[in-house]
Amino acid sequence: MLEILDYLKDHVLMINLLIITIYLGFEVISKVPTVLHTPLMSGSNAISGIVIIGAIILVRQADATDYLTLGLGALGVVLGTINVVGGHAVTNRMLEMFKKK
Amino acid sequence: MQYIELLYIVSTVLLIIGLRKLSSPSTARNGNVIAALGMGSAIFVAIFSPMANDQGNLLYIFGAIAIGSIIGLVYSKKVEMTGIPELVSVFNGFGGACAVSISILEAYKFDAASSYGLMATTYMALFIGGVAFTGSLIAYGKLAGKVKDWRSGISSYFNLAWLALCLGLIVFQVANPTAYAYLPLVILVVSLIYGLTFVWPIGGADMPVVISLLNALTGIAAALAGMVYGNMVMLLGGVLVGSSGAILTVLMCQAMNRSLINVVVGGFGASASAAATDQGDIKETTANDTAIMMRYAQNVMVIPGYGMAVAQAQKACKELDKSLTSRGVNVNYAIHPVAGRMPGHMNVLLAEADVPYNKLIDLDDANSMLTDTDVCLVVGANDVVNPSALDDPGSPIYGMPVLEILNSKNVVVLKRGMSKGYSGIENPLFFHDKTKMLFGDAKDTIETLNNEVKVMD
Repeated sequence: MLEILDYLKDHVLMINLLIITIYLGFEVISKVPTVLHTPLMSGSNAISGIVIIGAIILVRQADATDYLTLGLGALGVVLGTINVVGGHAVTNRMLEMFKKK
Repeated sequence: MQYIELLYIVSTVLLIIGLRKLSSPSTARNGNVIAALGMGSAIFVAIFSPMANDQGNLLYIFGAIAIGSIIGLVYSKKVEMTGIPELVSVFNGFGGACAVSISILEAYKFDAASSYGLMATTYMALFIGGVAFTGSLIAYGKLAGKVKDWRSGISSYFNLAWLALCLGLIVFQVANPTAYAYLPLVILVVSLIYGLTFVWPIGGADMPVVISLLNALTGIAAALAGMVYGNMVMLLGGVLVGSSGAILTVLMCQAMNRSLINVVVGGFGASASAAATDQGDIKETTANDTAIMMRYAQNVMVIPGYGMAVAQAQKACKELDKSLTSRGVNVNYAIHPVAGRMPGHMNVLLAEADVPYNKLIDLDDANSMLTDTDVCLVVGANDVVNPSALDDPGSPIYGMPVLEILNSKNVVVLKRGMSKGYSGIENPLFFHDKTKMLFGDAKDTIETLNNEVKVMD
């Protein structure tokens, strides 16, 4: 119990931010028209690829001989990049069709 | 060091602005570009910022980014618009897998001195990322028709027990981090299996909800990983996706008038054979009759479904629309929020065929317009027009808001045969007095209708 309280105390700023961001996420999306649900889902899916940053940090800090970390970390970077680049590209393709002609 | 934090803040702001702009039709494209810029700058900082214990290894990073970019770009260019839900699902799975790969590596760095909070966060990222990964792959398989529905009476109990096992293992591992060296791997495997068994029993018609839910889970996994690294842009980006995904999931459940629990535990298709009795006769009609009816109608409402997209009939439909409109007929499209394989998927498919989006009428407005509609043309839609939702308490979709097309004067259903829809639910609409069936491939039929309309003057 004490550990949990300590953890909360140490991360109080982060937890505050967390709550505000959750609220922000709800606010940003709550009035979105149906017409945009698919592009929005695809776009926000691309944003979830932000986890790639963790993989990059991991690879940067890996020893040159630690092939497990290098390999798995690089695989993480590949997968994350597919999510980010592919996600934004396909969202853009969809949204191009909504352009006024 | 401060300028790094500053750049991360700029990235976070770009992500928030991007997501905000993505939710309005006129600014959506800019929004996507802005969000991509935010991602780009965050990745740039992650690669080039000074870092404690930096070993370089930039070659690995650049190589991986190059490979990932090529794969991502090729698939996003190649995909058909009907295949978008599958692709989004796969991409989402990869995001989950990325979270898995980093959290399993982090898990093996722990020792007896590691903080409980950090360990718990890492294992939750591992678990949620794993569920999002295999769950998304199953969702992909189902959408692509490669994985059949599987369900048994015990699947929900099994899943609950498996979930409890998973969480129990995580609690045990956090309390005894050095007891068993292989336990993180066991947690990984159990999480991956849970993702499979969690999504597998969920019926086809519920896939949109599931994809949105899995999307939210990947966001949460990313946010948890952000807490592990104490990285704000990961945390905030992940939370944004998590909370916006959650609200989309709720909106979709509302559109189907069901609770999330009901989608995850229950599901369509289980009791689908309930209303199979006393169907009455069907009435077939010809393209010629239908064309005449539409040509002399005042208001025509097209009800598109996934069947239209599969038959690639959107463009033919747009041509028919043009012919009818030039002859003074008012043509609109009634779009049910869960038509297609993803919420809003139908809008994308019609946008591809250049149907102006002020002709796309959403559920409530369409229902009030249907009383003045002379002809409803149902093209490859089943469940979203099923009247059982309104009047048959025994039906699995009872209570789901549907397009009440029987309020219009005439209903013509374009269909290849009498097969059931994606959800496998019987549709009494096809046997109703007001309904006429026009069998054939939707694209050919609509082209024939168009030719008939054109020769009428």
